[in-house]
Amino acid sequence: MAKILIKGGRVISPAQKLDDICDVLIEKGKITAIGKKLDSKGTEVIDASGKVVTPGLVDIHVHLRDPGLEYKEDIASGTLSAVTGGFTAVACMPNTDPVNDSQTVTSYILKKAADEGHCRVFPIASITKGLDGESLTEMGELRALGVYAVSDDGKPVSNPQLMRRAMEYAKPFGLTITSHAEDLDLVGSGVMNEGPVSTELGLKGIPWVSEDSATAREVMLAEFTGAHLHVAHVSTKGSIDIVRQAKKRGVNVTCEAAPHHFTLTDDAVRGYNTNAKMNPPLRSEEDREAVRQGIADGTVDAIATDHAPHHIDEKNVEFSIAMNGIVGLETALPLTLKLVEEGVIDLPKAVALLTCGPAESLGLPVGQLEVGGAADITVIDPNLEWTVEAQKLASKSKNTPFDGWQMKGAAVCTIVAGKIAYKRG
Amino acid sequence: MSFTHKHILGIEQLAKEDIKLILDTADAFKEVNSREIKKVPTLRGKTIINAFFEASTRTRLSFEIAGKRLSADTVNISGSTSSVVKGETLEDTAKNIEAMSPDIIVIRHGHSGSPHYLAERVGCSVINAGDGTHEHPSQALLDLMTMREHKGSIEGLEVAIVGDIAHSRVVRSNIYALSKMGARVRLCGPGTMLPIGIERLGNVEVCTDMREAIKDADVVMMLRIQMERQSNIMIPSLREYARFYGLNPTNLLLAKPDAIVMHPGPMNRGVEISSVVADGVQNVILDQVENGVAVRMALLYLVSGVESMQTK
Amino acid sequence: MAKAETIILDKAGIDRAITRVAHEILEYNKGCVDLALIGIRTGGDHLASLLQSRINKIEEIEVPLGAVDITMYRDDLAARGSKPIGKTEIPFPLDGKHVVLVDDVLYTGRTIRSAMDALMDFGRPSTIQLAVLIDRGHRELPIRSDYVGRNVPTAREEDVVVVFDENQNPVEVKLVKP
Repeated sequence: MAKILIKGGRVISPAQKLDDICDVLIEKGKITAIGKKLDSKGTEVIDASGKVVTPGLVDIHVHLRDPGLEYKEDIASGTLSAVTGGFTAVACMPNTDPVNDSQTVTSYILKKAADEGHCRVFPIASITKGLDGESLTEMGELRALGVYAVSDDGKPVSNPQLMRRAMEYAKPFGLTITSHAEDLDLVGSGVMNEGPVSTELGLKGIPWVSEDSATAREVMLAEFTGAHLHVAHVSTKGSIDIVRQAKKRGVNVTCEAAPHHFTLTDDAVRGYNTNAKMNPPLRSEEDREAVRQGIADGTVDAIATDHAPHHIDEKNVEFSIAMNGIVGLETALPLTLKLVEEGVIDLPKAVALLTCGPAESLGLPVGQLEVGGAADITVIDPNLEWTVEAQKLASKSKNTPFDGWQMKGAAVCTIVAGKIAYKRG
Repeated sequence: MSFTHKHILGIEQLAKEDIKLILDTADAFKEVNSREIKKVPTLRGKTIINAFFEASTRTRLSFEIAGKRLSADTVNISGSTSSVVKGETLEDTAKNIEAMSPDIIVIRHGHSGSPHYLAERVGCSVINAGDGTHEHPSQALLDLMTMREHKGSIEGLEVAIVGDIAHSRVVRSNIYALSKMGARVRLCGPGTMLPIGIERLGNVEVCTDMREAIKDADVVMMLRIQMERQSNIMIPSLREYARFYGLNPTNLLLAKPDAIVMHPGPMNRGVEISSVVADGVQNVILDQVENGVAVRMALLYLVSGVESMQTK
Repeated sequence: MAKAETIILDKAGIDRAITRVAHEILEYNKGCVDLALIGIRTGGDHLASLLQSRINKIEEIEVPLGAVDITMYRDDLAARGSKPIGKTEIPFPLDGKHVVLVDDVLYTGRTIRSAMDALMDFGRPSTIQLAVLIDRGHRELPIRSDYVGRNVPTAREEDVVVVFDENQNPVEVKLVKP
C-alpha cells in the first residue's frame, strides 16, 4: 500500500490537543508520523495547505436501511454518502427489516460493511427484540460481536420498568443506551412541532413536553442505575436544560444535536414541505437557540445527523402521511462550520463535535489522530463554496431540506484506514 | 380591479380587495338563484370536477349546484382519505383527473395542505373545499356575505366564534377573512380545543369564558362539535359541553340585541346550540346555506377568467 | 401622444336625440301599453332612465324600468378574463311585454345578443326592440337597431365614448382616434 503524505494542513485533533500546521504521514493504514516538513520521498502527496486536517469525522446516528429497506439506502450507498460528507465512521440504527436485534443481523451488517462499505460501520443493536418494547435483546453477545450501543430509536421504550432493566443489564457490559426520548402518548398523531405554525397550517402538533418529559425520565433512570445514557437528537430547550443539569449532578449522560435542529425552525414546514418533516420535529426559534447554546457551553457532546433516507414516493405525498426524516451526511459538515462562522463555537470545538465527541459518547475506538493510530483522516477545505443539489447527493435518497442552499466548507479528501475513500472534484 | 388568483387555496393568500370582489360578484350571482330559470351560460363548456375525499353533503351539493347554474359540466368523484400510503397516491389520482382536461378541480380532503399539493402538480385551477384542519375558504366567504347582508358592512364587527377551535378549518379561514375586512374576532372553547398561537393569525382575542366572548357581539358563530370524532379526553361529556359552551336564549342575551347567530352546519341541537336559538329569529343559518351557492358561483367564475386567460 | 378626440354630440344634441327616440318608441308602439324599458349596464341603464322620464313627460305614464348586466352572458371570458358582475334588476314580469332594450353604443352586436339571451331567461316578452344612442356600424351578428340617436361612421380602431356626469346624465359623445 502506498504511503500518503498530507502536507501543510492545519491539523486539528481535539483528543490530542493538537492544532498546528504540520504534515501527516500514512503507511500501511496507520499514521506513522506527524510533524513539520516530513520527507515526501516515495509518497503520494496531498497538498493540504489552506486546509484543515482532522481525525475522520464520526456520525453516531445514521440509518443505513440495510437489511430490508435497500430501496431507500444500502450499506454501500450510505457509506459512500458518509465519506462524501467527510465521515469515516458511522453508527447505524437497528430499525431495519429485520430489526438488528441479533448476532445474525449484526454480523450481516459488519460483513457487508467490510465487503462493500466505504467507511467504518458500527451497528447499534436494539434494546428490545423486534423493537417490541417488551423483551431485552442478547446484549452481552451483541457487545462481544462489536456492538457499542443499543437503542430502540424511532420506537422509544415506553415502559419505564423495561428501560430501567435495560440500563441495569447494559451497564456491566459497557454498553451505551441511546435513547430517542419521546413520550409517544404525548406525541399522539402529531406531525410537526406544536406551536403557532402548526396552528396556522392546521397540522397536528408534537409538543415540546413530549420530548422533555421523556428526557427527564431517561436521565433519572440513568441517575438511578448509573448506566451510560446517550440522548439522541436533542431538539428542545427543556431537554438541553435537563441534560445540562444532569451533567452538573454527575449523571453519566451524553447527548447529541442534529444539524437541522440547530439550523432550521418549524418555519421550514410552511408550504407543507415534506422534506422539513422529521422526528423530533423542527422546533421553535427559542429551541433552536437553546440547542446552539447547548453546543456552545458543552452540554451537547456530539453532532449527529440522524441521516434518514426515504424514497421519493414516501415524501411526495400529503404532509400528514409523509415519512419522517431527512438525509444529512453530506450537509452536516458545512452546517457545523456555519456555527463557527456565526461565532457559536470555534473551529477546534466544531472538529471535536464531529470526531472525539461522538466517538466518546458511544465509546467507539475512533475520532483520534495520533501516531500509531488508524489512518482515518478528513481533509476539509473550510472556504470551499458550493451549492447543494439534492439530485447529485451520493445517497440513494434525495430528501433534504437544504436543496439549493449555498454552503461553505466541504471535505475534499476522506481517508479510511489509510486508503483514499473519497476525493472531491 | 381584476382577479388574479388561479387557485383558491385559502383566505390567507387573498387580499382585502379580492375578498370584496368575490362578495360583490356573489351578490350579483345571488340574483340568478332567485330567477325562475336558475341558469346562466357563463361557464358553458367548462368542466368542473368535485373531488371529495372526505364525506360532505352540503359543501359538495353547493359546489355542484353552483357549477350547474353557471352551465359548467360538473362531475363528482369521491374517495376516502386513507392515513396509510397504499393504493393510488393523490398525485396519481390528480394526474388521471387532469388527463381528462378539467378546467377546475374542487377538492375536499382530510389532510391539511392537500389542495396546495394538488395545485403544484396540475395545470388547471384548484379550489379548496376544506382541507383537514387548515382552511375552508368558501365557507368563510359565505359567512362574510351573510354578515354583510345583515350588518351592512364587515368593518368594525365583533364576531364571537365558539367551539372546537383547534380542529376547525372554518375558524382559520374566518379569522383571516374577518381580520382582513376589519372585524374583530373573539374565540372561545374548552382549554383542550384552543390551539397554541391562534391569536397570531389575525385580529383575535381568546376568551376562556363564553359569556365574555359573546358579550356585545354583533355575530355569534357556533362551531359544530364533531361528536363522532370526540374522544373523552377532549371534553368530559356533551352535557357539560352544552352547559359551558352551548348557545342558549339566556347567554344569547349578552350579545347585542340585533346580533345574528351563525353555524356552518350541520347543527347538533342541544349540544352547541339549543333548539330555541336554532329556530329563533336571530339565526341566519339558512341564509348562509343560500349564500353558499352564490359565493361558490363567484369563485368558479372568477378563477375561470384567470384560468382561461392563461390557457389562451 | 394624446389621442385625437372629436365631439360627435354635445349635451343639447343628446337631449334632442333622446326626445326624438322617446317619440318614435311611443309612435311605433302606439302608446305605452305593455311597454318596458331595460337598459344594458353600464351606460344603457342611465339612458333608459332618461327615456323613462321623457316618456313620462309626454304621456304622463311611468313605464316599467329595468337594468340588465350581460357579463354572465358574454362569449369572451378567455379574452377578457373575469370582469366584475353588475346587478341585473328586472322588477316586473317580462311575459307579454314590449321590451325596449337600451344601450349607449351599438357596435358588433354581441352585447345585444348577450342581453337578449339574458332577457329570455327572465320570461317571454312579446317583442324586443332596440334603442341606441349611437350606431357606429361594424356588425358581426344580424342585429339592427329600431331607434337610433345618431348614426356615426367609424373605423374599427376608433372608439366611441359616451361621457356621463356624476349624476349619470350623459354630457357628450366623443369619437376617439388612436
